Amino acid sequence: MAAYIRIFKRKIMLWQVGVILFLTVLAVVSLLPLYWMIVTAFSKPALVLQFPPKIVPMPPTLENFIEILKLKNLLRWLFNTAVISVSVTTGGVFLASMAGYSLAKKKFPGNRIILWIYIGSMMIPMQVTLVPLYILVQKLKMVDTYWALILPFLGTPWAVFMVKQFMASLPSELIESARIDGCSEWGIYAKIIFPLAIQGLTVLIVITFVTQWNSFLWVLIATNSVEMRNIQAGLSYFQELYPMRYSDIMAASTLAAIPMIIVFFSFQKYFLKGITVGALKG
Amino acid sequence: MSSGASVSSSLLNRAKKERSGYLFILPHFIFFAIFFLIPVVWGIYYSFFNYTLFEFDFWGLKGYAKLLKDRYFWIALRNTFYYTAGIVPLWLIKALIISVLLFPFSTRLQTIFKSMFYLPHVSSLVIISLIWLWIYEPQYGLLNAVMKLMHLPTQIWLGNRFLAMPSIIFMQFVMGGGSTIVLVSAALASIPPSFVEVARIEGANPVQVFFKILLPSIKPIILYLVVMGTINSFQVFTQVYVLTRGGPEFARQPWCTRSTTGLLKTSISGHLLPSLF
Repeated sequence: MAAYIRIFKRKIMLWQVGVILFLTVLAVVSLLPLYWMIVTAFSKPALVLQFPPKIVPMPPTLENFIEILKLKNLLRWLFNTAVISVSVTTGGVFLASMAGYSLAKKKFPGNRIILWIYIGSMMIPMQVTLVPLYILVQKLKMVDTYWALILPFLGTPWAVFMVKQFMASLPSELIESARIDGCSEWGIYAKIIFPLAIQGLTVLIVITFVTQWNSFLWVLIATNSVEMRNIQAGLSYFQELYPMRYSDIMAASTLAAIPMIIVFFSFQKYFLKGITVGALKG
Repeated sequence: MSSGASVSSSLLNRAKKERSGYLFILPHFIFFAIFFLIPVVWGIYYSFFNYTLFEFDFWGLKGYAKLLKDRYFWIALRNTFYYTAGIVPLWLIKALIISVLLFPFSTRLQTIFKSMFYLPHVSSLVIISLIWLWIYEPQYGLLNAVMKLMHLPTQIWLGNRFLAMPSIIFMQFVMGGGSTIVLVSAALASIPPSFVEVARIEGANPVQVFFKILLPSIKPIILYLVVMGTINSFQVFTQVYVLTRGGPEFARQPWCTRSTTGLLKTSISGHLLPSLF
């Protein structure tokens, strides 16, 4: 990047400051709604309805949070969301890592055909399978259970494709020499490939976890009872029930958003990497 | 004949030798087949039947014909096009401007900005839509308060036929597009600095550098973003569902809310399945 700075050096000082200011304003605007959520969550309900609106919650209150934690379903929704996200992430990433490894490194007959079935499936949006998937889940008697919310996501095609992409760059000689040394096929995967691929798998882990935490449409369809919803579907239900209790809705939204914001800041570089591996190498 | 037999036997030998390859794929493929391949095939198959709680008769293309006559199908399709045509170019322009402005700065500063623009993406669309439902609230919402302070007429943002869709697009424009920025920035970073350097020595101004050098170099990624953006926008559901529940008068319903509210409220009738293909 230094090269560019040198090229534009002469005029840089003045408009550099201007550009940074402009970009900061844009960034602040795109984060403002999240700030507004937090402000509303910490304001007294009566204060929220005042004009002009207070942009700083003075004095801040935990009243709304105490209020929503009294709802018996909120903690259940958060628990459901955690169960689903953890199960899908562990199971899905494990299965996809094996399948992706096989497609990248094993030259069995039919390898290319299976790869193309996976790639072709990535083109089909989830909405297409939604209704038939619901019928299937109904026939399997899994409606309104955790199974319906977990099992369909253990076989996502793009996870396999992503694993295949980064495993292709692992050295094949390593596998060969381990095989000559008498290592079993499972041993090669578990002791050599898995540890080597952990960086790439972390990208998949964070993306899967956040996607599951935020999933909405399928949960809405596959569950009937209020207790089986995840936090997103729960929030939407809560808003439908009490459309004007915005301070409570924002407090609940804050509770649902904070875990993901923490995950984002802890794994920031994997998120940014995840966006580019999907596109630039694909 | 004999060569055919030897080919198939060598294939069999290779399959036998590499059988662990199949075993590694199998667990994932089972879930993939049950919960993805079977529903896709079923969906196509069912779309030729009148399938309700009580009946299951072959309709052929009648379901499709019924769908094409359904007024709401066309409204939904038009809305989906409207949304896509609005948000895809807006995101691309936003990403181009931000990435090009960011691109002369140090990697560290770029990462900070990219993270800030990406942050709204990790909050779910439900949460973001709920926040904007509150901002757009006609009586106490932030936006109308700002309008009042500026002595502009207040609006019922989501209840007005003509404002509802622009309001949804505006929300997406302000909060979204973070991954587009990351991708465009990555593409810009892969242009060799010497290109720009030579152009500058030849006397090109920054605007010419942008249109003659940077833009043509990242054409492939722009094409990719347009294609992916269109595919994604065609699946719009959550924002519209939370913000408007398809109202006013279904005017803002994209086809995905059309088919799912149908699924949720009525039994699965034959003409809904074709709407998904």
